[in-house]
Amino acid sequence: MTSQNTQPELLSGGAMLIRALADEGVEYVYGYPGGAVLHIYDAMFQQHQVKHVLVRHEQAATHMADAYARASGKAGVVLVTSGPGATNAVTGIATAYMDSIPMVVICGQVMSHLIGDDAFQETDMLGISRPIVKHNMSVRRPEDIPYLVKKAFYIAQSGRPGPVVLDIPKDMTIPSQKFPYEYPKEIKLRSYNPNAKGHPGQIKKALTTLLAAKRPVLYSGGGVILGQASDELTTLARKLNLPVTNTLMGLGAYPASDPQFIGMLGMHGSYEANQAMHNADVIFAVGARFDDRVTNATKKFCPNATIIHIDIDPASISKTINAHIPIVGLVKPVLQEMLQQLEKNQGQLDQQALGQWWQQIQQWREVHGGRYDHNPSLLKPQAVIEAVHRHTKGDAYVTSDVGQHQMFAAQYYKFDKPNRWINSGGLGTMGFGLPAAMGVKLHYPDAEVVCVTGEGSIQMNIQELSTCKQYGLGVKIINLNNGYLGMVKQWQDMNYDSRYSSSYMDSLPDFVKLAEAYGHVGIRVTKAEELEPALERAFALKDKLVFLDIHVDPTEHVYPMQIPGGAMNEMFLSKTERT
Amino acid sequence: MRHILSVLLENESGALARVVGLFAQRGYNIDSLTVAATEDPTISRLTLVTRGDDQVIEQITKQLHKLIEVVKLADLSESAHIERELMMVKVKTTAEQREEVKRCADIFRGQIIDITANTYTIQVVGTSEKLEAFIEALSGTQILETVRSGVSGISRGERTLSL
Repeated sequence: MTSQNTQPELLSGGAMLIRALADEGVEYVYGYPGGAVLHIYDAMFQQHQVKHVLVRHEQAATHMADAYARASGKAGVVLVTSGPGATNAVTGIATAYMDSIPMVVICGQVMSHLIGDDAFQETDMLGISRPIVKHNMSVRRPEDIPYLVKKAFYIAQSGRPGPVVLDIPKDMTIPSQKFPYEYPKEIKLRSYNPNAKGHPGQIKKALTTLLAAKRPVLYSGGGVILGQASDELTTLARKLNLPVTNTLMGLGAYPASDPQFIGMLGMHGSYEANQAMHNADVIFAVGARFDDRVTNATKKFCPNATIIHIDIDPASISKTINAHIPIVGLVKPVLQEMLQQLEKNQGQLDQQALGQWWQQIQQWREVHGGRYDHNPSLLKPQAVIEAVHRHTKGDAYVTSDVGQHQMFAAQYYKFDKPNRWINSGGLGTMGFGLPAAMGVKLHYPDAEVVCVTGEGSIQMNIQELSTCKQYGLGVKIINLNNGYLGMVKQWQDMNYDSRYSSSYMDSLPDFVKLAEAYGHVGIRVTKAEELEPALERAFALKDKLVFLDIHVDPTEHVYPMQIPGGAMNEMFLSKTERT
Repeated sequence: MRHILSVLLENESGALARVVGLFAQRGYNIDSLTVAATEDPTISRLTLVTRGDDQVIEQITKQLHKLIEVVKLADLSESAHIERELMMVKVKTTAEQREEVKRCADIFRGQIIDITANTYTIQVVGTSEKLEAFIEALSGTQILETVRSGVSGISRGERTLSL
């Protein structure tokens, strides 16, 4: 607009903020208005580039932005008011932080001169969010807004990604006060320069170790998804004939239908993945962080393994498990370098040892193999996930909440593509699933988006059914309704003699009527034979939100399950079997 | 093991809170912490004394590095370095004690920087151990007040921590 004119356009702080978002390529902002952000909302109203999605609770705005980021790789943007608007966003910010999701959260703040006075809707959002953000900043001068927006996106999206909070006092956005607007092209910070490439010497050492390995395992995590390195990972794994296991956050980075895939690892990992890890001589960890839900007891972790660890965050290396060959770098360029070196490398794989190793893994595969009891009278949650996989041809975006249903989805929906499995792995946030599905559906309206949830989790953000109506978000909700907080109940069964302390949902709503009340379609499934026609009907209703309330076996547990305090390969395999 | 970490930090509001918050959140110890601007007013230098085994210290330095405002840092205790702490002690001095306290301060190269009819205020500079030894040496005297600056440190020789 200013191309003929060398003078930069004069804009108010609020207009600069929105223009900066547009210049950053932001299409949607998720939020909720309030006193401190009224100037910003007015600026939003007067343009059409950046669209606003009005949620019903700020937590949902953060999860929508978060899920958009998980599906697209670009930072999601949230706009909330000061005080309760900002504090309602806290759970969503922490969720993004724990899973290293790029997000920019813009919070209103009371007028600068009121800060510290306990003014109406004042809260120290910089202080509250400090432990759960990659960085946070406050606007002190309106003319700094374009620079600070650029800085926020740069920090959120580079290195190990994460949420950035930008706190904006109301007087920074006054419509009558205008300043020359120019959006910086790039930004350099002397104090922040994430090392991207990885040390070639270390990479060579890693490759030599992998080529000599007799019992290797590739263990990859969310870093491969965030780093968009799925292709490189897959190519390298195939060239080196490596068994591949993914963390909960890493599912889809390697195709689950590939014979080299041995399943998820960790607490509810597959028998073969956990056995392979425990017995490995070389563990090749890529963009994973040896989290406690993976390692089980760290003292007993993989006793004979040489550990190669690629991660962009040096603090993730040797934090819980010592890495013998650390490589600090973004996974994509590091894996590319490995592939290049492999081209030139004269080293040979020990095919005989690898053959034996694969034979051993095959035997482990047969021990459990993801089996569960098929019961003709009761619907099994695992069977529901398998049916959803069939009906969506394994190509849906699947979001989940937290609990048994999350684990069943992770185990039985075989993800062949990255960015398709969207769940709160680190923080374990109930209430994540529905808004997450909404965030994905908004950006990928033609894609099938399924929210796998439970009757406990779904009620933590059920108000968003209203937002779905407003924006026509035809997500499919698979409510695995067992009348219990299933994972809590499972632990109570296993450790507390089935004393169900507060894990029983006593007065559940009629979810079908509830969905209808919000203007959607509700279908109840109580018998096994009703499942197929219900799914048929639900997925045929393309543009409709369909709430499938599926009554599943309330006694089901998630297996395998690592035995607490044990090694990786110590597991319960069913209610009656253990290793 | 005791370590002295020197940190160059962007001199911005909230930066110090981030450093201190990190130690609280992750359960690391802080024995002492000093901070002030350097010859470059945009940079603060922070000296932090902490304890932990090698793994903990490695995590502390990595986590500090992750903070966006941390520009550079060094573990001074990894090589030859000089550390100093300043202490001011106000003691009650009766007429017959005054000579003894003065002599004690002299031995520790302390200076009496304020006097009243009943008190001496003594300034001592040195390592933390020396300051503790001085307090020990004053055991026959009634200490009214002690204030210590916390440790500041710098490496010996030509090694520097600068931009």
